[in-house]
Amino acid sequence: MKHLPLVIRSVAAWAITLLIFFPLFWLFLTSFKTELQAISVPPLLTFTPTLENFVEVQVRSDYMLYAKNSLVTSVLSTVLGLLIAAPAAYSMAFFRTRKTRDLLLWMLSTKMMPAVGALVPVYVMAQSSGLLDTLTGLTIVFTMSNLPIMVWMLYSYFKDIPPDILEAARMDGAGIWNEFRYVILPLGMGGLASTGLLCLVLSWNEAFWSLNLSAAKAGTLAALIASYSSPEGLFWAKLSAASLLAIAPIIVFGWFSQKQLVQGLTFGAVK
Amino acid sequence: MKRFLPRALFAPAVISLFLWMIVPLVMTIYFSFVRYNLMQPGDKEWLGLANYHFFVTDPDFGPAISNTLLLLGAVIIITVVFGVLLALLVNDPFPGRGIVRVLLISPFFVMPTVNALLWKHMMMNPIYGVLAQVWIFFGLQPVDWLTDFPLASVITMVAWQWLPFACLIFITSLQSMDRDQLEAAGMDGANALQKFWYLYLPHLARPMAVVIMIEMIFLMSVFAEIFTTTGGGPGNESTNIAFLIFKQALMNFDVGVASAGALFAVLLANVAAVFLIRMIGKNLD
Repeated sequence: MKHLPLVIRSVAAWAITLLIFFPLFWLFLTSFKTELQAISVPPLLTFTPTLENFVEVQVRSDYMLYAKNSLVTSVLSTVLGLLIAAPAAYSMAFFRTRKTRDLLLWMLSTKMMPAVGALVPVYVMAQSSGLLDTLTGLTIVFTMSNLPIMVWMLYSYFKDIPPDILEAARMDGAGIWNEFRYVILPLGMGGLASTGLLCLVLSWNEAFWSLNLSAAKAGTLAALIASYSSPEGLFWAKLSAASLLAIAPIIVFGWFSQKQLVQGLTFGAVK
Repeated sequence: MKRFLPRALFAPAVISLFLWMIVPLVMTIYFSFVRYNLMQPGDKEWLGLANYHFFVTDPDFGPAISNTLLLLGAVIIITVVFGVLLALLVNDPFPGRGIVRVLLISPFFVMPTVNALLWKHMMMNPIYGVLAQVWIFFGLQPVDWLTDFPLASVITMVAWQWLPFACLIFITSLQSMDRDQLEAAGMDGANALQKFWYLYLPHLARPMAVVIMIEMIFLMSVFAEIFTTTGGGPGNESTNIAFLIFKQALMNFDVGVASAGALFAVLLANVAAVFLIRMIGKNLD
């Protein structure tokens, strides 16, 4: 698009970007308004900001508890997922057999199944094992639902590591542990980081299972926000404040890691 | 030992995933053949195919399928077309390109429930919403989006979330375009359209396949956006398969029928998976 003059290109790009970003900007503004300002017609662009909504959100619905639940479940499911997925991906990338490909595709196909299809059985199992509305239960479910994607991502990173390096390490008598520790880990660090980051984002934002399997004790931020949906149009400022608190950590986190994240999600198919 | 170790390494992943898949599946198959209503506890009487019959002849069934496919198709088309155009627009340097990139990706990190409520209340509300104000500014009658165009509203929300993702993948891919080739084409007098058609588009085929694949995986079962905004309505206008099954299980308390529906969804997912595998075969090796 070098044909367009720089000015037109810049203005167009900025205009479209601001349009796409606008809803988030608006959420940000609304969270600092009073409830009355939030629904004023025409909408207010200038006002004296207030922090009262944030205080209210914490007092009324114990934001910190939900934030802690979100943090614990996403971090634990990421760590657990990496511990299970990394050896699997390593094995598939470096000990390829004819069945490896089928196995990988089968894993991805489990992710295609709508979660709602497994809702009742998973609910019944969680209930009978006492894992309903617990952080352990949610962590397990998050790990399992992210696992196929994690194995795929790690596999696509690992298979780009030249096998010659491994050969050399093996010639020097490195055992499997040393090989993993001194060759795969340093070379695959980027892949492990991207995969971990993505898993963190997916778990943090996961809404289906947390809506259905958790309540007051293990509820995550995604579930907390959904509870604000009922009173039609009455608490926009508080809703905005709660939403802002729920998405701000992960968005800021995403800004710093967007390159790795997006590249990772292409399963190595886009360089 | 040579065969044992690789297997031992992938065993935890394969076994846990297998259990995660097979146990619910077997239970679902069993539930789908019996009378199982949460409001009427008691013996699970054998029903044969009655639950399937009930689910398939439900007047909501046809619309749910077409809504699922419409949602999937519309979001994919919107994100791919606009994603490519936007990526081409921001591909060459201009002031503030780094900030634009960061702002663009933001919606992708917004959780579905926030996305849904943000659009439902602050953007699409027919009285106080920003869109209503814009409509009034241009002298038009404000639209009650979620009531009059429920499916289109849900599509808007989901597309808003996934457009940044598609766009960023295309941007990444464009960066590896062969500059010399583009210059040579320019010297030979190729115009912008020809360059797009013969150079850019073939280069973008692979990332397009990736975007379509990832979006299919995540969009087959859009749930939270519908749950928090329209509740599938009005009527069944924004009910997709995932939401219909949810409705049967937790609003009608009929686990039997919901299970029959779930198996139907599994079938649908498998059809999509076969389609995907063909695509992956070409593009992901």
